[in-house]
Amino acid sequence: MATETDHGPGEAVAARIERRWATLSIVIVALLVGMAAVIGIHRATMPQARVETADPKTLHLSGEFIESNLGSAVEPDGSVTVRAIGQQYSFTPQCIVVPAETPITIRATSADVVHGFLIEGTNINTMLVPGYVSDLPVRFSAPGEHVMPCQEFCGIGHQGMWGKVKVVDRTAFLNMTAAKRRLTCAD
Amino acid sequence: MLTNKRLILAHFWLAFIVFGLALVLGAWQMFVRSPLNTWHFNPEFYYRSVTAHGSAMGYVFPTLIAMGFGYAITEASLEKPLVGRRWAWVGFFLVAIGAVVAMIPVSLGRASVLYTFYPPMIGNPFYYIGVVMVVVGSWIWVALMSINFTIWKRENPGKPVPLAMFANVAGSYLWAWTAVGAALEILFQILPVALGLRSTIDAGLARVFFSWTLHAIVYFWLIPTYIAYYTIFPRAIGGRIYSDAMARIAFILFVVVAMPIGVHHLFADPQVGAGFKFMHSVFTGLVALPTLLTVFTICASAEIASRLCGGRGAFGWIRALPWSNPIMLATALSLVMLGFGGAGGLINMSYQLNTSVHNTQWVTGHFHLIFGGAIVIMYFAIAYDLWPHLTGRASEGFGLMRTQLWLWFIGMIVTTFPWHYVGILGMPRRMAFYDYANPVISPEAFSVVMSAIGGFILLISGTLFLLVLIRGQFSTKGEAGAYRFAIALHMPERIPVALNSFGLWLALMVGLTVVNYGFPIAQLMALSETNVPAVYVGASR
Ligand code: HEM
Ligand SMILES: [Cu+2]
Ligand SMILES: [Cu+2]
Repeated sequence: MATETDHGPGEAVAARIERRWATLSIVIVALLVGMAAVIGIHRATMPQARVETADPKTLHLSGEFIESNLGSAVEPDGSVTVRAIGQQYSFTPQCIVVPAETPITIRATSADVVHGFLIEGTNINTMLVPGYVSDLPVRFSAPGEHVMPCQEFCGIGHQGMWGKVKVVDRTAFLNMTAAKRRLTCAD
Repeated sequence: MLTNKRLILAHFWLAFIVFGLALVLGAWQMFVRSPLNTWHFNPEFYYRSVTAHGSAMGYVFPTLIAMGFGYAITEASLEKPLVGRRWAWVGFFLVAIGAVVAMIPVSLGRASVLYTFYPPMIGNPFYYIGVVMVVVGSWIWVALMSINFTIWKRENPGKPVPLAMFANVAGSYLWAWTAVGAALEILFQILPVALGLRSTIDAGLARVFFSWTLHAIVYFWLIPTYIAYYTIFPRAIGGRIYSDAMARIAFILFVVVAMPIGVHHLFADPQVGAGFKFMHSVFTGLVALPTLLTVFTICASAEIASRLCGGRGAFGWIRALPWSNPIMLATALSLVMLGFGGAGGLINMSYQLNTSVHNTQWVTGHFHLIFGGAIVIMYFAIAYDLWPHLTGRASEGFGLMRTQLWLWFIGMIVTTFPWHYVGILGMPRRMAFYDYANPVISPEAFSVVMSAIGGFILLISGTLFLLVLIRGQFSTKGEAGAYRFAIALHMPERIPVALNSFGLWLALMVGLTVVNYGFPIAQLMALSETNVPAVYVGASR
């Protein structure tokens, strides 16, 4: 094969085509990044803004994650707050009950190692890291049941860590809250 | 000229032996967690196996390939023997001994923490010490690459460093700096706890350190493959590289933007605020750029080769490519898998879409397709191409090589497509057991069986690969001649300093990492209440 190189018009053409492709690539990347930015800001689908902490050593003694405070509660503004914790190898509450068509805030943390919090059939998916509180706004469009596996390896019982979420009609949910301050569907 | 053939062969052989063992574990994992397995087994064995498979495939195998290939590139492209041969052997033995030290506690079930470590779960200290030895061994290689590069430049002032060596050194610097994240995590957080000197650890901070390593490590795995695309593939099919300068820009981009984007692995984590997640998401977009540039250059180089030997027409040239050449086949199959995998990657990188697949089987499907598929198939190609030069024996059995490559491709598609699909259905990853009798899970059963079948195809392909290599050690003697890399269509006589050295790019690499990681790390270090009790795994305590 010849090793000498020609620096004629061929080289200029090659360089021009290559520049065009590079420009196109930059445009594609800019478009994708721009899309993510616009959707993030317009649809408020940004991740959790602040870092909040919770000490797993004292979770059960004081603060918002004491046992009697776990489960779903109605707030004065009509929204619902769900508090939950993950531990090897279960969730508390093991079954979460929530109303459909209602703004819900999930606040959750871990009592020991890193766990995951995934509600199948929805886009609800977050990590539970001991020491930190995960806070996410969610909304369920229709009543139904979902499984809620832990999606991060948390020890040799990880495969058994499945919770449940029951989405009920909004009025049915409000009727249930008349009897109890914190709702769960785990018996 | 390759003078240190034994050194290079030792790296490749150890790499592929580790690969073969880990492949058996992978296929076993696929099988036991599928509906095909009707026996009961101890789930703890599954996590031992995933820890061993992940650590071997993620840390040991690609590191040895990068090292062995790096030594081959140094000698062949700079056309002089490697400086620091003794040190290279020290590095090799550190990696080998480290791998054994790490695997002993894993096989005893004392370190089933998976290759991502994730504290506060803490395993036996020897697991982490073994991993550190592997990394330190590879750092010796980084130093040797840098030294050989510098000496050659001093001896050849003003001359462009050969592209293969430039890219190889870029990869080594990238690895040196990306390994720092996990090294800090292990040395300052995990080991003191594993050794019992401390009993609490900040799990959130550990995940941030690990993400610094976790993303860019994939580019470290990728770089030998890209070097093969640019500098082996065009030569093997009788063509030229379309553009030398663009190739250098692609490798430089990897060095600069691969690191400050790792927080995209933490989109769903509570310990990093939205601002930095956004920053990292933007930079993640940038890292698609070098790959887009590469795809263009490689396809254009293929077209040049085809037209040089008579290919014509807008698409007719594709037919005229030398398809019977295993390097041609491997590169084409690799690019197809890269295309599918890249499409999946675009989904992962958007944090809106990411929430529907985060930590599901989609993720494991995705990286098996890119890493196990697109990247590893080129490791095979590199070995096939180098083997006659290393063994001094003729290369025989192109047919067997092609069968092996096709089986790897088919196996990867059959394994990973259903794997992605069950992830979209929400199937969580890293579980030893799924209750397929449960009506919520039963729709996933068929796909998991498909994946398991794909796994067996991959096992067959991997076995064939090792057979080809063994055969290459015993075939008829034949001098393969000097090992050459592809040259560019328009070879530059001079080259801008920026495309021939790394000072500026290393400063940017470190600077951007500090900007994008400095604040999240400092913020977490300032929090003391987030140190949580360690949870020791295994029977030792
Ligand atoms: C060259 C090829 C391969 C590479 C580089 C590779 C790499 C990896 C890595 C790094 C992990 C750890 C992932 C984690 O901890 O979530 C992993 C897990 C796994 N690999 Fe592979 N692997 C390869 C081939 C295979 C093959 C051929 C199979 C089987 C058919 C396989 C099956 C698995 C399974 C089942 C897991 C566990 C995933 C989970 O439980 O979520 N791997 N692999
Ligand atoms: Cu778990
Ligand atoms: Cu990444």
